[in-house]
Amino acid sequence: MTLGSPIALAKKQISSLQGYSLLVGRAFASLLTPPHYWGDIFIQADSIGVGSLPIVVLTGFFTGCVLALQSAVSLKQFGAISMTGTLVSLSMMKELGPVLTGLMVSGRNASGMASELGSMQVTEQIDAMRALGVDPVRKLVTPRILATVGMLFFLTILSDTVGVLGGGLVAVGLLGLNASSYFHSTYRALQYADVVQGLTKPLFFGFIIASVGTYFGISTKGGTQGVGRATTQAVVVSSVLIIVIDFLISRTMIGIFGR
Amino acid sequence: MPDTPKTDISSGKPADNGPVLVFDNVSIAFDDHRVLENISFSIHPGETCVLLGPAGSGKSVLMKIANGLVKPDTGSVKVFGEEITTMSEVQLFKMRQRVGMVFQESALFDSMDVEDNIAYRLNEEGVSEDESHKRVQEVLNFVLLGQAIDKFPSELSGGMRRRVSIARAIVTNPDFILYDSPTGGLDPITSTTIVELVVKQRDVAHTTALMITHRLQDAFTLATHRYDEQAGTMKVIPDGAVDESTTFLVLNEGKIVFTGKTLDLTHSEDTWIKAYLA
Ligand SMILES: Nc1ncnc2c1ncn2[C@@H]1O[C@H](COP(=O)(O)OP(=O)(O)OP(=O)(O)O)[C@@H](O)[C@H]1O
Ligand SMILES: [Mg+2]
Repeated sequence: MTLGSPIALAKKQISSLQGYSLLVGRAFASLLTPPHYWGDIFIQADSIGVGSLPIVVLTGFFTGCVLALQSAVSLKQFGAISMTGTLVSLSMMKELGPVLTGLMVSGRNASGMASELGSMQVTEQIDAMRALGVDPVRKLVTPRILATVGMLFFLTILSDTVGVLGGGLVAVGLLGLNASSYFHSTYRALQYADVVQGLTKPLFFGFIIASVGTYFGISTKGGTQGVGRATTQAVVVSSVLIIVIDFLISRTMIGIFGR
Repeated sequence: MPDTPKTDISSGKPADNGPVLVFDNVSIAFDDHRVLENISFSIHPGETCVLLGPAGSGKSVLMKIANGLVKPDTGSVKVFGEEITTMSEVQLFKMRQRVGMVFQESALFDSMDVEDNIAYRLNEEGVSEDESHKRVQEVLNFVLLGQAIDKFPSELSGGMRRRVSIARAIVTNPDFILYDSPTGGLDPITSTTIVELVVKQRDVAHTTALMITHRLQDAFTLATHRYDEQAGTMKVIPDGAVDESTTFLVLNEGKIVFTGKTLDLTHSEDTWIKAYLA
């Protein structure tokens, strides 16, 4: 790859942003008119939701474990080791659950979408679809966005839950805390604002994963190498966007709810 | 989005008897590389236009423009009398329902079997399963691939894929077919089978067509043969006559160098054409 002039680079970035916005606009517009491909939504929901269960459960569980372990060390210094449950549940619910699940699913599914649609693009299957009178945005992009948003929501709840369980296992088994007071404190720690924040994030993250993954897939150029490039870019861009948007949502929510 | 008025797509006839495809001063460039320059021609109902030209002369791009898959930079393209360069993608889908297209590399859906590939458009239109199975079987027999119905594209040879692709394009009896190099990279025997399919489609269904080919031999087979329905094969037109509905369009470096009938082409005095045909 050669370094182009900054103006050419800026032009390219702006035109990708324009392409991305157009794609997202068309994906939403296609919700308003028939036909709807319900079957494709279910197939995608199955592959994204059920397929991601193992990695989401594993990461959620061990994140909860390590969170309890690490926070107990610090909390002990203040004689506040009984706060472990509060810390684990707040961290999981507001930050680690949504973000880690988002990153995991992005690694697994944004890449999958980009490579699948990218291969279809370079072998002209997308053009063939258009030639056969089927809108690829309606058929390929919209179902993936809907399925990812829906599934990431539930996967995040699952990740939060197993995180708290994992934390509990460490707190009780290794740190010798009382089980009922641990779980009581995890539950009592959560307020309405925390739950809203924790459940809003996966909706945005799911949208980012699917829209970025399909965008890079559909705009793939340049053969199999292009497919590889699109896959990498999809994961990088969606992961970075997840972290950035996470900050923005947190800031907004704290502005609204004060915590 | 406002509903566009419904055109009668089931009647199987063009809305009028005007040309099926008209290019008027069409030009397109990809990043400063001018691929087509001021292309103007038209194709009339029942005509089979053969598009010739060296590799990279812009034939595939021209065909994609004709189906609205690529938008030209300037110029006007009319399909069935309607301007398509200004149409939205949704309006284009209506137009494409009457057009079949065979891609240069077949472009079959590789995660679907042959039946689902061919029935793609039928399923989309909500045709019942029995009816669609029947029509897929019919069209597969037409392309002599009856036994391949439950195979996947990766299990087929190049020539078989090309024929599945033709089957997919003709299963809905389109009014206009675009064939992009249907014989490219195939042996002479398979090529002849495919040309015979094109001739059959031309003489039995009288479908208007635009066909790209690299093989002059195929182009001339098309011009000098006629399908004999009784015998079930194509036969040479006697007395050295040529099929009147076959026309030629020759592109070179993005410009039209010839357009006209078979005999005009073979008798052309143009040095480049003479060299190309030689
Ligand atoms: N999407 C595209 N982006 C950039 N350039 C393109 C694109 N499609 C085609 N071109 C260029 O347009 C020119 C014509 O391509 P086209 O595929 O129409 O050639 P062709 O006449 O079909 O060749 P062949 O006989 O080998 O199939 C080529 O130089 C190609 O590089
Ligand atoms: Mg070509």
